[in-house]
Amino acid sequence: MKSKVISIALILFFLTTFVIFFKGLKNPNLYTPILNQGKEVPSFEIKSFENNTKIISEKLFRGNKYYLMNIWASWCIPCRDEHKFLMKLKKDKKIELIGFNYKDNFKNAKSFLKDLGNPYNIIVSDKDGIASINWGAYGVPESFLIYENKIIKRFIGPINNEDLLEIKKIIR
Amino acid sequence: MRFVYISLIVSIILNFNFLKADEIKTENEIAKNLRCLICQGQSVYDSDSEFAISLKLVIKNKIQEGMSEDQIYNFLKTKYGEWILYDPVFNRNTYFLWLLPILIFLAGGAIIIRNFYNKNNLD
Repeated sequence: MKSKVISIALILFFLTTFVIFFKGLKNPNLYTPILNQGKEVPSFEIKSFENNTKIISEKLFRGNKYYLMNIWASWCIPCRDEHKFLMKLKKDKKIELIGFNYKDNFKNAKSFLKDLGNPYNIIVSDKDGIASINWGAYGVPESFLIYENKIIKRFIGPINNEDLLEIKKIIR
Repeated sequence: MRFVYISLIVSIILNFNFLKADEIKTENEIAKNLRCLICQGQSVYDSDSEFAISLKLVIKNKIQEGMSEDQIYNFLKTKYGEWILYDPVFNRNTYFLWLLPILIFLAGGAIIIRNFYNKNNLD
């Protein structure tokens, strides 16, 4: 009788273990960052792109206005692809674009903007990439849609036409 | 008097070097325990990607600000989620993962002890 109970308990134990691991196998093990965040904008201090003056985040994002914070660099090829969409977005008066120039050379960044146009209302410079880490960013290009000091949507990689339409739909 | 000054300066420099070495050691340990999120199968320590380079700088700055190892892990967890840590945290999803080896170890130990006593009783 006792050995029967032990064997049933053992079978049950292995069955549960099997079921749990089998279910675990079906879970995707690819890392997928959360895109709809609702997180507060991090508080930070950063240098202006043009004249190296210090800017605090509270001055960048004010009240009930939409902002698109775009991390870009002149050496980043996908940034060139997304630039035309940012230029289109610039025409919309409901949103302000903030450029986060990432680990870039000032001259190269300047000529990038001269060649392709400047969609940004303000540009700040993240020379060592530390500010981007505070945002939880992965690299360039990456964009954060902000409203009332909260990140409402995040775009990892270059912005395309679909993203542009989505942004326009949100800010309408 | 000059000798006292020189030995004082030397001891300050040596102490500073020890502190610096400790900081670098902690910095490397933390970087080894973090997953480089844009690389394949590499830790932040092993990677030379822009992301990893910036993250190493952040770790260095946080150590200099006086943050502990756990505080730095928590800070990065709030920014990038649990995935950035190599060690899975003990929570609802990982109870089984953490407790299963202990359960198996205890069950195995109990079986060995029971067999040992049974054998002794038979003798």
